[in-house]
Amino acid sequence: MHAVLHAIVEPGFFSSSNVQLAVVIGGLVAVVASGVGVFTVVRGQSFAGEALGDIGAAGGSSAYLIGIGPLWGFLGINIAAASAMELIGIQRARGRDLATGIVLGLGFGLAALFLYLGTTESNTTGAPIQILFGSLFLLPSSNLPLVVAFAAGTIATLITLYRPLMLVSVSPELAAARGVPVRLISAAYLLAMAVAVALSALTIGAILSTALLIGPAATALRLTNRPHRAFLAAAGIGVGCTWLGLLLAWDSYYWPPPRNGWPVSFFVVTLVLVAYLASGVRRRRPAVSGS
Amino acid sequence: MAVTDEYALRVDHVSVELGGRPILDDVGFELAPGDLTGLIGSNGAGKTTLLRVILGLLTPNSGTVAARSDGSRRSVGYVPQKFLLDPDMPLRGRDLVALGIDGHRLGIPRPSRRRRELVEEMLAAVNAEQFADTRIGRLSGGEQQRILIAHALISRPRLLLLDEPLANLDLRSAREVVELLGRIAHEQQIAVLISAHEMNALLPVMDRVVYLADGRAACGTADEVVRSDVLSRLYGHRVDVLRVHGRVIVVAGDSDDAEPTHPHQHDHVDVF
Repeated sequence: MHAVLHAIVEPGFFSSSNVQLAVVIGGLVAVVASGVGVFTVVRGQSFAGEALGDIGAAGGSSAYLIGIGPLWGFLGINIAAASAMELIGIQRARGRDLATGIVLGLGFGLAALFLYLGTTESNTTGAPIQILFGSLFLLPSSNLPLVVAFAAGTIATLITLYRPLMLVSVSPELAAARGVPVRLISAAYLLAMAVAVALSALTIGAILSTALLIGPAATALRLTNRPHRAFLAAAGIGVGCTWLGLLLAWDSYYWPPPRNGWPVSFFVVTLVLVAYLASGVRRRRPAVSGS
Repeated sequence: MAVTDEYALRVDHVSVELGGRPILDDVGFELAPGDLTGLIGSNGAGKTTLLRVILGLLTPNSGTVAARSDGSRRSVGYVPQKFLLDPDMPLRGRDLVALGIDGHRLGIPRPSRRRRELVEEMLAAVNAEQFADTRIGRLSGGEQQRILIAHALISRPRLLLLDEPLANLDLRSAREVVELLGRIAHEQQIAVLISAHEMNALLPVMDRVVYLADGRAACGTADEVVRSDVLSRLYGHRVDVLRVHGRVIVVAGDSDDAEPTHPHQHDHVDVF
C-alpha cells in the first residue's frame, strides 16, 4: 500500500507547507470559480469572463510594478472592468461583445507596458510568467486570509442571488414582472464574477483563469439537469482538477529532464478539458432521447 | 359570465405616450373572475404596452389600473412572450414551477413536503407531469408554455396575463393551450387575459374581447365587438368583418382612406 502511494505521490508532497497552502487556496478558489461559472455559462457570459481574465493581466502587472500583492491588482481592475462593462451595456448581446472586446485590447496593452517597465527595472523574468500563468506553489501565505474572505463573500453573494438570478436568467421580463430588480441583480452577479476571475487568476494565472470559471461548470451542466446538483458537481470537478493538477505538477519535478517541474496551471487546464470531453462521451446516450 | 361588481382588473382611462408618440389612448375595461378575455390587435396596436402598464412596469401618463387582491395571494400571474431557455440551463420544468412560489426572494429555497405537493398539483393542472423532469430548454414550445402557466398559477393569482402565448405554437399545441386556459379560468375563477394578433384560435373559449387598434380599445363579447361598424369606428376607416366557416376575417382598407373602398381595391388584409 505504501509502495503504491509512493509510486503515485512523489516524496514530500504532503509535508511541504507550500503544498498545504496551495491545496487550501487552490481548493477554495476552485469552489468559487466553478460555482460562479454555472451562471456564467447559462447566461452566455463566457466571453465577458474571458475578457475579465485577460484584463486582469493588466491589474496583476501594475500591482507588481508598484509593489503590492497581485491579488489586489486582479481584484481592482476586474471590478473596475466589470463596472465599465455594466455601464456600457453588457445586457445587449452585440454591444456586449464589442464593448468587451475593446476593453480587452486595452487591458493587454496595459499589461504589456507594465510588465515591460517592471522587468526592465528589476531584471526578473519570473513575474510575467506568474501573473499570466499562475504560480500556486509560490504563493506567500499572507494571501490566505484575503482569499478566504473574498471566497466566503462571493459564495454568500451567489447563495443570496440564487433565486432571483435564476429567474432573471430564464426571462428578464418575467423577473421584472415579479418585482425583481433585474439590473441590480445582474450587476451584482457580474461583480461576483469579477471577484471569482480575480481569485482564479491568482491560482492559475490571468490568461488561464476562465478555464476554471467555464470548464467545470460546462462539464457539470452536461452531467445533471438539477440546479443544486449542477453547482455541487461544478465545484467538485473544479476542486478535483486543481488538486490533481497540484499533485501532477509536484510529481513532474521527478520526471525527466531533471530539476524542471511543469507548471500547475498546465495540468489544471488540461484536466478541465479532459473532464469536459469525458462528460460528452457519457452524455451521448441520453442526448438522443431529448429533442 | 354575468356582469358583477366584483372585478379582477379595472383599467380606467389609461393613456400612454412613449417618445412623444401616443401608444394608448383612453383605454378602459374591466375583467371579471372566471372570464377568459382576448386582447386582440395587430403588431404595434399597443398590446405589449398595455400589459406592461397592468404589470406595473410602465406608469401611464393618465388613468389608473386596479387589480383586486385579497391580500394573501399575488394578484397578477404573468407568462412573457420571450424567454431565454438555454438547452444547458440546469432547470427542470418542476424547478421553474417551484420558482413561481418564491423566485423573487433572495437565498436558496428550502425543500419541503408542502412545496413538493403544491408543485405536483400545478403540474397536474396543466398536464405537464410526463415532461416535468426534462430540462426546460429541451421542451417543445407548447410544453414550455404549460410549464410557464403553472409557474404563474402557483402563487394563486386572481389575474393571469399571457403575452402572445400562441405566437410560436403549431395549431394543435395552440388549441391545447387555449383549452387549458379556458378550463383554468372557469374552474379556478381566475381572470385570464391573452394577447394575440390572431383571434380565431381563441374564439371557442373567449368570453370577452378587448380589441386594440391604433391605441384605442373596444371591449365586449366577440359578437358585440367584432362587427364591421364597431371596428370601422375604432380604426377610423372602413373595415369589413367576414365570417367564413366559423372563422372571422377582418378586411381593412387603406388607413388614410376614410371613404368605404371596394373589396378589390383593398391593399391590406388582416386575417384574424
